[in-house]
Parts: sequence; C-alpha cells; structure tokens
Amino acid sequence: MQRTSLYKVRVAIWSFAAVAVFTFAGAFSWRMLHPPELPSPVVTGEAAIRNAYSLTDHTGQAVTAETYAGRWQLVFFGFTYCPDICPTTLAYLANAMDSLGPQAERVVPIFITVDPARDTAEVMGNYVSAFHPRMVGLTGTEAQVAEAAGNFRVWYERSENETAPDGYLMAHPGHIYLMRPDGRFEDVFIESDQSAGDLAKHISSLIENEERSG
Amino acid sequence: MKHFLGAAFIATLPTLSIAEVKVSAPWARATIIAGRPGAGYLSLTSETGDRLLSVSSPVAGEVMLHAVESGENGVSRMVHLDALDLPEGETVTLAPGDMHLMLMQLTQKLEEGTNFPLTLTFETAGEITVEVPVLGIAATGPEGTE
Repeated sequence: MQRTSLYKVRVAIWSFAAVAVFTFAGAFSWRMLHPPELPSPVVTGEAAIRNAYSLTDHTGQAVTAETYAGRWQLVFFGFTYCPDICPTTLAYLANAMDSLGPQAERVVPIFITVDPARDTAEVMGNYVSAFHPRMVGLTGTEAQVAEAAGNFRVWYERSENETAPDGYLMAHPGHIYLMRPDGRFEDVFIESDQSAGDLAKHISSLIENEERSG
Repeated sequence: MKHFLGAAFIATLPTLSIAEVKVSAPWARATIIAGRPGAGYLSLTSETGDRLLSVSSPVAGEVMLHAVESGENGVSRMVHLDALDLPEGETVTLAPGDMHLMLMQLTQKLEEGTNFPLTLTFETAGEITVEVPVLGIAATGPEGTE
C-alpha cells in the first residue's frame, strides 16, 4: 500500500517535471522562432518630425539642416555596408533627380549614415558621388547621428552578426523624407511605392505650387 | 541483373531531367567602395520542387541568402535564411528591396560590365553554376526583365 502511494507520488512528480520541461522548452523555442517584435511604432504626427541636425558633409564641412534651406530636401537614412535597400533607394533618388530636369536645382538628396563608425566623410564622398553629383552624404559622431535620427523619428539598431563584416548589421527604415525649402516636413515615401518618375512629377508639382504661391 | 540496372537507370532519366532548377536573369549590382558587400539577384524555378541549400562564388568569401523583413514602424531588417524552398512549378524571385544574395568578403570590387561565376547547390538538382553579369549601381534588373 505504502509502495503504491509512493509510486503515485513519484509518477506525479515526474509528470510535473516533464510538463515543466516541455513548457519551458516550448516557450524557449517559441521565443527563438518568434523574436520579440520591434518596439511598436510611436504615433508620429507630421509635426513630430524635426528637420534638425548638426553633422559633417561628404566634403568634410560642418553642416546643419539650415545649410540646405531654400531647397526641397529628400532625406534618407542608411549606411554604405547595406548592399540592397540603400543602393536601391539612392539610385531611385538619383533617377528622380534626373527626371526633374532643370528643377533638380531646387532639390537636394541627402543621405545620412546611421553607421558613422565606418562611414567617414571620405567614404560618404566616394559613395554619394557614385549615385548623383548633387547628392549630399552626411556623417558625424555617434551622438550627432543619434540626434539627427531622433529628430526624424528614425529608429535604427545595430545587431550583432558574426558573419557580417565587422560583426554587425544595421537595421534601419527605408523611408525617404521630403522636407520643404523652409525646413518643414512635407511627406514621406518608400521607394517601392511609386516609380522615380512619379516621385519626380509629385515634387515638380509641389515646386510649381510653391512658386505660384510664393 | 545487367538488364535490371539498365532499366533502373533509364527509369531515372526523366526524373533527372525535370529535377533541374531553372536559374534565370541573374545579375549583381556594381559595388562602389572596396570592402563593402555586394548584392545579387536571380529567379529560380523547379518543376518538381526543390530547396536551395547554399550559394558560393570565387569572388566572395561567403554568400548569404537574405530576406528583408519590414516591421510596422518601417524598420527593415535582414533575415538570414539557411535554405530557400522552391515550391513545385513556382518561380521564386530575388529582387532589389526584397530577397537577395549578399556577397560578403568580396575579393574585388564588382565592376560594371564584368561577370563572375556563382554556384548554387540544391537538395535535389545538385550544383548549378551560372555566370552573373555585373550591372550599374542604378540598375533594377537585366534588360527586358524590368
């Protein structure tokens, strides 16, 4: 009798242990398969995006957002180690600039690195000039870049990855911000949403409207 | 026995021929700065279904298969894929801003107008080597496929 109840207790304990192990393993693999979501998007009213930064351009000059005042600014955050989205988006901006024709003088595409440790002014210079002669590349200290990204509500992260060059990859938004000549936010685009020609047409009509009203 | 082997061999022939994977429109984007990774794109079709297990090239120390995952807040992150499933009869396309081959530790800058070999290893079809043309940095695909 004693034996049987001991046996039952033993079975109960082992069952409990097995359930605990399975639950833990299950939870663990769930977490492995479904990494935690990125922080949920903060509702960013358009007014929340501030065109403000203090950085170094690709020629080594210190610049601020005011440096580009008077022109429409197409601002894109990325980094030169990014082989796919960054060149795709920068080539897209370059195509849009070409489609603008003479109106391109009123527009400046600005590429801001989120990887200033590797993207020096010199690197940025070689990089942006390969895309378009009017393209500006901006870098700075980690703090300056973080401030710029924060003002644009751009969220980026560094993820450790052993196989990546220097052991990390950067995740970053693919947004292109269009800022007005007075520095205010106008619109935000994604490269895949419309052709470069359509983006150029859109900017062109904004330029014309502004000229009529101004 | 000899006849049996012969028959068995002949019986496998049709499977061998359709087990092939069609690799079409391969291309890579020219790289601007030495030491930066490059990106390659192509389309894969398997009539019988297959799995891409690995990719290699003499010009790259490592070729990784990346998918792009876009979160709601617009942050794109590269997700490394260990293998790529090719469902039966479906064309799987790697394209800019989407799935791509990341060519790491390039031995040379990828210069527009040049070619390099790329070897794809499939679970069933085995190894297939294709010549990949390097297109300009503003290219979105080979002529006629854009």
